[in-house]
Amino acid sequence: MDGIAVKVENVSKNFVLPQEKVTTVKGLFTSFYKNRRKPKQTLHALKDISFQIEKGEFFGIVGRNGSGKSTLLKILAGIYQSTEGKINTYGKLVPFIELGVGFNSELTGRENVYLNGAMLGFSKKQINEMYDDIVDFAELRPFMDQKLKNYSSGMQVRLAFSMATRAEADILLVDEVLAVGDADFQRKCFNYFKLLKKQKKTVVFVSHDMNAVREYCDRAILIEKSEIIKEGNVAQVASSYTKMFIESEGSVEAKISRKRWGNNDFSYTDVRVIPKTATMQTEFIEIKARAIAKKDITAPVYGFTIKNGAGTEMLGSNTKLLHQQVIPPKKGQKLTITWRVPNVLNQADYTIDVTAINEHDLSEYDWWEDAGSFAVSRDEHTAYVIEPPLQVSVSHD
Amino acid sequence: MGYVWSLLRPLLLFLILYLVFTVFLPVGKGVPHYPVYLLFGIVLWNFFVEVTNGSVGAIVGKGDLIRKINFPKYNIILAVSFSAVINLLLNFIIIAIFMIVGHVSISGDALLLLPLLIELYLIAIACGFLLSALFVRFRDISFIWEVITQAGFYLTPIIYPLSRIPYHRVRELLLLNPIAQIIQDARHILITPSALTIHKEYGGDNWIWAIPILTVLLMMIFSSWYFRNNSKYFAEEV
Repeated sequence: MDGIAVKVENVSKNFVLPQEKVTTVKGLFTSFYKNRRKPKQTLHALKDISFQIEKGEFFGIVGRNGSGKSTLLKILAGIYQSTEGKINTYGKLVPFIELGVGFNSELTGRENVYLNGAMLGFSKKQINEMYDDIVDFAELRPFMDQKLKNYSSGMQVRLAFSMATRAEADILLVDEVLAVGDADFQRKCFNYFKLLKKQKKTVVFVSHDMNAVREYCDRAILIEKSEIIKEGNVAQVASSYTKMFIESEGSVEAKISRKRWGNNDFSYTDVRVIPKTATMQTEFIEIKARAIAKKDITAPVYGFTIKNGAGTEMLGSNTKLLHQQVIPPKKGQKLTITWRVPNVLNQADYTIDVTAINEHDLSEYDWWEDAGSFAVSRDEHTAYVIEPPLQVSVSHD
Repeated sequence: MGYVWSLLRPLLLFLILYLVFTVFLPVGKGVPHYPVYLLFGIVLWNFFVEVTNGSVGAIVGKGDLIRKINFPKYNIILAVSFSAVINLLLNFIIIAIFMIVGHVSISGDALLLLPLLIELYLIAIACGFLLSALFVRFRDISFIWEVITQAGFYLTPIIYPLSRIPYHRVRELLLLNPIAQIIQDARHILITPSALTIHKEYGGDNWIWAIPILTVLLMMIFSSWYFRNNSKYFAEEV
């Protein structure tokens, strides 16, 4: 990578809450008395944000609605001014806050191509040259002389996207563009992103779609409540983003749902994972679950499940499935159950559930969700869920 | 289609003015070429009104665009003013026709019209910048400006010849308004030397022109400064 494309230093943004503002000249007189007593309320949309984007990087910005990520994008695009801090961009920056900005529904498709092209900084001659490509890409040739208001929304988006792909920028800002359009259109978007990546363009990508972020972004930041709470590795950012939802949903459910339950005749005391952070060199992840029997236990089955940040159960097993003979523990007996799991997991954070049930009546001795956790970090990784060692050979007949 | 109406509008206006002010209500008696004199004044005033009225809501009207891309905001006001300039030029064609029909003689002094038009353009666009930026914050500016232009129409000697005002002091005061000065000077140059100008009214002192010209320049400086400072926050406030 050669140099920095975007540098954001200690950027903060405050908004004066709109209901506090005087919006008429009349209001200047009538609210003079009222306003003196009330201190101004401000909304801190961004607090002390700093990060750098390297040239040629595909950089993701993720966060919940209202977290401030769109404000950040608008500040990057120069649409908003930051209250504090500094932003430097190196190279021509084109924002796509929305597709088809400045489209005029009273003009024909053809006229809109020229209008939008002018906004992207093209001369009439340049647009003449690329006109056919734009129309073909949008697949709208028969409709170009119709007014835009007679287009379906899908057609408008297609034309707008076709225009957008023409933008000659060093840095592209893309805000949730993928949220619109059908599967076919999304496929086109993805192809375009792949092309951008190949061309080593710098792209700042704001999205809710963690799959897209995982697939395209090299690095990402997670914004929550106006602050960066996670920066760097995409898989980790994506998993803490999804975890955030589980936690916030969980907070309602948690009171009802039981994270741990059972008849207390047998209980796990502690679950450890070795190593705590698995790397590419780690061949096996060991899960050591220690437990104590409080009564005599009959026909126990011990099990475990590994879940990712989104709560998807990645893998798991139990002593019965593995045909492991288990001697039922007597009252007061302590035991350790050790699982050896080949490290096939992709880079992310994981949690572990441990279980102990009765084989005959399936009653739970102890069922403990999120009893332990570990992380996997890989220098190189794919966008897929698991990363087992793979081999390939190509032979010519 | 738009150009046809741009030509027809002053033509029809001229017809109405001609009927009202020369047939029914002859205020312009004694002014040579009064119909053209009147039309010329109206055309110049309308240019000012078109630019300012077009500007007031222009920034807010383009809010959709402003919130999505970053570009120099003054372009919006320039666009408004250019369309008004085109209309003004079309109106001049109509005026030229009536001048030929009415046998108004033209001298080389007509070239002096150019600096006057520049002055008019500057004051119009200065008001445009200020109003459009104010409107972003105060949404009742449009109503206030409507009233001001109504009052301005009668405070400026457009339909009545300035000489009909009996008081010298009032005439002097009215001519300090740059638009009144421009209209009267333009009429003096193009239509009839009998039009009262600021130069004549203040006893032939050349320096008197400095007052309206400085007013225009100061307004231009102030409004560009105000517009520039506020344009950063247009995206948040529109």
